[in-house]
Amino acid sequence: MPLGYYLALSAVMFVIGIVGVLVRRNALIVFMSLELMFNAANLLFVTFAAYYGTIIGQISVFFVMTVAAAEVAVGLALMVAIFRTKHSIDVDQMSSLKG
Amino acid sequence: MLPGEILFGFIGLVVVITAVGMVISRNAIYSALFLVSNFTTVALLYLILGAPFIAVVQISVYAGSIMVLFLFVIMLLGAERLAAKEKLQGQRLLAVILGVVFLVELGLFGVWKAGYMTTPVPPAAATAGAPEAVGMALFTQYALPFEVTGFILLVATVGAILLTRGDKPASKDLITAVSEKEG
Repeated sequence: MPLGYYLALSAVMFVIGIVGVLVRRNALIVFMSLELMFNAANLLFVTFAAYYGTIIGQISVFFVMTVAAAEVAVGLALMVAIFRTKHSIDVDQMSSLKG
Repeated sequence: MLPGEILFGFIGLVVVITAVGMVISRNAIYSALFLVSNFTTVALLYLILGAPFIAVVQISVYAGSIMVLFLFVIMLLGAERLAAKEKLQGQRLLAVILGVVFLVELGLFGVWKAGYMTTPVPPAAATAGAPEAVGMALFTQYALPFEVTGFILLVATVGAILLTRGDKPASKDLITAVSEKEG
């Protein structure tokens, strides 16, 4: 299997994640698109781990997953807190700092 | 066509379709379910690439716990459906155009490095990504980062509890109760 196939798939996943972040207004969907981008990066890590025959790439994926889990816990807690005060998680509504 | 390429094509198609479905579906629960199937399919790719440990962690941590947390919050907030009103006119179109431009840039890079791109990924050795090898590397060479991730998880747990606790006077009551008990 050529290396380019995996890189192309990862690039497509990453771009779909970017478009999701830019297009959607629901903060939860924006968050899920972030996870999709994490996933694309992880796929690259594993691909190059296999390509160079080393395990360091897989260790990196393990750490990325751990940090992503921590980030999701804090992010969702933030979203619950925002929903309590503003009764919405639409990112367009979060404009209190605008002058 | 080799059987491996047909398999890769099928998996890649499922990955892209579920990713697009996650972005465009109106209902947030459907988005979460699309993302679960996306993660599971990517785990299959990890298996093909000789990383069984990472594949299992992907399914159990990502498709399991993280997405359950997402679904829990979606249902808790009742935020399945939001109004599809667009405030900034043309922003959606611009976002898609910029995404396509970025993809074309990546594709041009691939064309530029065409010789590099066509080198095959070698078939994985049977023991390359086995749990023994990963565990050995984690607990010897990467012991310090491993400890640090444990600390990060602790900080995230404390932070999540603090953020969701709210400003109830319950904490004050607890402090006075403890001080009264001690005093």
